[in-house]
Amino acid sequence: MIALRPAVVFFALLLFWQAVVWATAVPPFILPGPLPVALTVVEDFGLLMHHAGVTLVEMLLGFVLGVLFGGLAALTLVSCRPIRPWLLPLLVASQAIPVFALAPLLVLWLGYGLASKVAMASLIIFFPVTASFYDGLRRTEPGWLDLATTMGASPLSILRHLRIPAALPALASGLRVAAAVVPIGAVVGEWVGASAGLGYLMLHANGRMQVDVMFAALFCLAVMALALYFLLDWALRRAIPWQPDSLLTSSTNALKG
Amino acid sequence: MQPPPEVTLQGARLDYGGKTVFRDLDLVLAPGSWTGLLGESGVGKSSLLRYLAGCAHNAAQVGRLTCSDGLPLGGRIAYMAQQDLLLPWLSVLQNVTLGRRLRDGSHRRPEVLAKARALLAAVGLSERAGDLPARLSGGMRQRAALARTLMEDRPVVLMDEPFSALDAITRVRLQDLASELLAGRSVLLVTHDPMEALRLCDRVLVLAGQPARLVSELTVEGRAPRATDNPAILAQQGALLTRLAEGQVAA
Repeated sequence: MIALRPAVVFFALLLFWQAVVWATAVPPFILPGPLPVALTVVEDFGLLMHHAGVTLVEMLLGFVLGVLFGGLAALTLVSCRPIRPWLLPLLVASQAIPVFALAPLLVLWLGYGLASKVAMASLIIFFPVTASFYDGLRRTEPGWLDLATTMGASPLSILRHLRIPAALPALASGLRVAAAVVPIGAVVGEWVGASAGLGYLMLHANGRMQVDVMFAALFCLAVMALALYFLLDWALRRAIPWQPDSLLTSSTNALKG
Repeated sequence: MQPPPEVTLQGARLDYGGKTVFRDLDLVLAPGSWTGLLGESGVGKSSLLRYLAGCAHNAAQVGRLTCSDGLPLGGRIAYMAQQDLLLPWLSVLQNVTLGRRLRDGSHRRPEVLAKARALLAAVGLSERAGDLPARLSGGMRQRAALARTLMEDRPVVLMDEPFSALDAITRVRLQDLASELLAGRSVLLVTHDPMEALRLCDRVLVLAGQPARLVSELTVEGRAPRATDNPAILAQQGALLTRLAEGQVAA
């Protein structure tokens, strides 16, 4: 039953889509129905996969780098108290700049290739990852810290054996948010300037009124984004078995960011 | 285990957020005996215990803490709190050896594991060594915490209401177990339950007032753990409760 639910929702959405097409009778170059889009997916499968592969690599690299730097920033913040008043405002300020506005600059500096998209994707997830992990690291149960103190543990050992494991559930919610927004970073990077990728394909198709190709690309993007999210969610729940985190509650608070 | 020293606290004062929790407080923990510390909630019992444990961060503290053998107290105490403080991602056995993991990573040595298993057997948790704490009942979790405390093998044990979150029957059983297994150590037991203090402790102190002072002291006869229906204990409990409830101890 649980496995059926997403399928039911999916088909309900398809029906709704088709109903809108019938009811409004808009021409296919404005809104193609699900069937022509499905045909396009089949016909242009090779093309779509080529561009999807590019976007996937950008997403994954951006995710890994963003998580790496975000995690390091959070660890630096907790372990190095004097640095905190310097780094924290910088972090907040970095988040205040709309990352989209940076995209043209990144393309200018890093070129039309992979690097600018990866930079964009990792920038966009850097803050949610840092914020959630830092928050988790700061909120270690005080009783555990007292216990560790009486046991004669060094600060490094407390960080390694207590604070980092205790912060993993918080980091996990940051990672879920990151998985949800990292496709945005990659696609925005492609919109500003690229020669491959789903974002590029969509822009290209848009210019030629190939709305069905746009929808097909959008479909691929959605499938990739969902796959990334659910795979990560599954892996996280396996990695942190002591805190079963529900799928949606954990990310609702941060999705605004 | 090293023989427990006599621990002496003189002229202790603790300020927390501009408020004096206690001052001019003197306390002696006799070697190898249990001292009970009673008092209302919020009077500063836990603060005093945390002071002794060296965990009173963020608090201004004054006072002289000495041991009869001239060595520092730090590194010779084990701490047991009301919450079991078991780490949810470690198994029961790994929780018991937590001190070794934190200090020098010697928690995987065969002799360490053998000792941990023996202690788990002593508290009746042999079967649950591999389980995560979440699968244990409250009483089992506190028994695991007791095994972890014993694993530290420290001469001085500080306990902060360790049994207060348990149901009455489990509590009595765990009190007996702790009394038996911690025999020979100096124990400071913070509690709000006069019966618990009278069952387990050789000496019961009452902390009251603001700033708090040690206002009353009584000695309990007989060998711990004392029976819950021991007439002498019941009489002392009645008297103690009356005095605590009337607030006379604060006067």
